[in-house]
Amino acid sequence: MSAEKINLTLKVWRQKNSEAAGALATYTLRDISTDMSFLEMLDVLNEQLLLTGEEPVAFDHDCREGICGMCGAVVNGRPHGPERETTLCQLHMRHFKSGDTLVIEPFRARAFRVVRDLVVDRTAFDAIIQAGGYVSVNVGGAPDANALPISQKNAEQAMDAAACIGCGACVAACPNAAAMLFVSGKVSQLALLPQGHPERRERALNMVKAMDGQGFGNCTNERECEAACPKAISIRHIARLNREYLKAALSGD
Amino acid sequence: MHVVRRFCGTSVGRKYIMAASGLGLALFLVVHLLGNSTIFFGATTFNSYAAHLHSLAALLRLAEIGLLLFFLVHIAFGVTLFVDNRQARPQPYAVSTSSGGRTPGSRTMFYSGLVILALLLFHLITVHFADDHGAISLLIRRHFANPWIAGFYIFGLAGLGLHLSHGLWSLWQSLGINHPLYNNLLGRGALLAALLIAGLFMAMPLLGLFWDGFLR
Ligand code: FES
Repeated sequence: MSAEKINLTLKVWRQKNSEAAGALATYTLRDISTDMSFLEMLDVLNEQLLLTGEEPVAFDHDCREGICGMCGAVVNGRPHGPERETTLCQLHMRHFKSGDTLVIEPFRARAFRVVRDLVVDRTAFDAIIQAGGYVSVNVGGAPDANALPISQKNAEQAMDAAACIGCGACVAACPNAAAMLFVSGKVSQLALLPQGHPERRERALNMVKAMDGQGFGNCTNERECEAACPKAISIRHIARLNREYLKAALSGD
Repeated sequence: MHVVRRFCGTSVGRKYIMAASGLGLALFLVVHLLGNSTIFFGATTFNSYAAHLHSLAALLRLAEIGLLLFFLVHIAFGVTLFVDNRQARPQPYAVSTSSGGRTPGSRTMFYSGLVILALLLFHLITVHFADDHGAISLLIRRHFANPWIAGFYIFGLAGLGLHLSHGLWSLWQSLGINHPLYNNLLGRGALLAALLIAGLFMAMPLLGLFWDGFLR
């Protein structure tokens, strides 16, 4: 099957740095192969911009395989674009039609400062992980896998939670710019595994405190996060975070 | 003090407060609805229900104080959360599209809450604290015969239904109750309960407006 070629109008958010005011700039692209990924389409745009002496559009990316969590922008109002369970780098142009207008904006949240164009500073996530998203008690050497007392069900759920790539689409999609899905992924993953148990109370308290301190909003159960998550992480993990927090708030030191 | 701060001063703590106070208010609604359903059985039944209720004066005061507390907490935290959340995204999106999670109810929680508050204040002033010594059935009949008042009730109750359509599901999620075994039940149950509660309440002004035999 040979690739089709499509023509697109792009409205891309251009912003020199965090202090500068940004605005949407309009560009026209011709003959974009539908086999291209969204990021390859942006590469073509940047080559075109270089030829005309304009600054290329800055955007984050690394693996381009949907596993690192670096890429991400909001396309026509949807983080990572219109396809479910797909990162921007794995989104292909065959999902668009010739003549489409694509409005491309950075993930927007008070906690995610725009660095330049589509690049945002997501170190707020690092600060949350540093507050408790790890196991620091001595759990001994790697035991025999079959010796660990974990049910298949819990292992599966922990794995689902651990699928988070930390891209920030949940925050971008949330009408309240809340980071609950991200935080719940880590809290849930570690609460489901025996290694995470000794520190579960401090973890829940400290990670929620860090999340609030970073300026994220408050979750109101809008469910936009799980719908936008490229790894389809369920808000069931948020419910588990809530339970973990309740237990910790009532009994933690 | 630590525990108070853990609940009043954090996002997840405040979520629990909203859910718990919301659950309390929802339970009150159900009791109020059951009691008021005596309206459907005519003036005598309704008046006798009201008389019985008011004979429990001391208990009623206690319940009213508790209820007031629930309302104040729910409103105060609801408003602060709304203001906080607006500030969490200072620069809005040029294009914002739902990824498929939001519902009409979840989008409008703050505004439907305001509508409910307006109805509540109106209801308290004109019925609860009314300087009227006749039978309650006469007062209600007179009120609901007025298209402006009946219309306002219908509008307010529509707001209540919308608020409940999200709230009655959302509160379980906030309380940490979410499991594939019963998620469907909770979701549909919440919608059905919202429809039932708002619908039955709404039937009262509708009957008052269009049926001459209302509370005769
Ligand atoms: S670039 Fe790594 S997930 Fe998209």
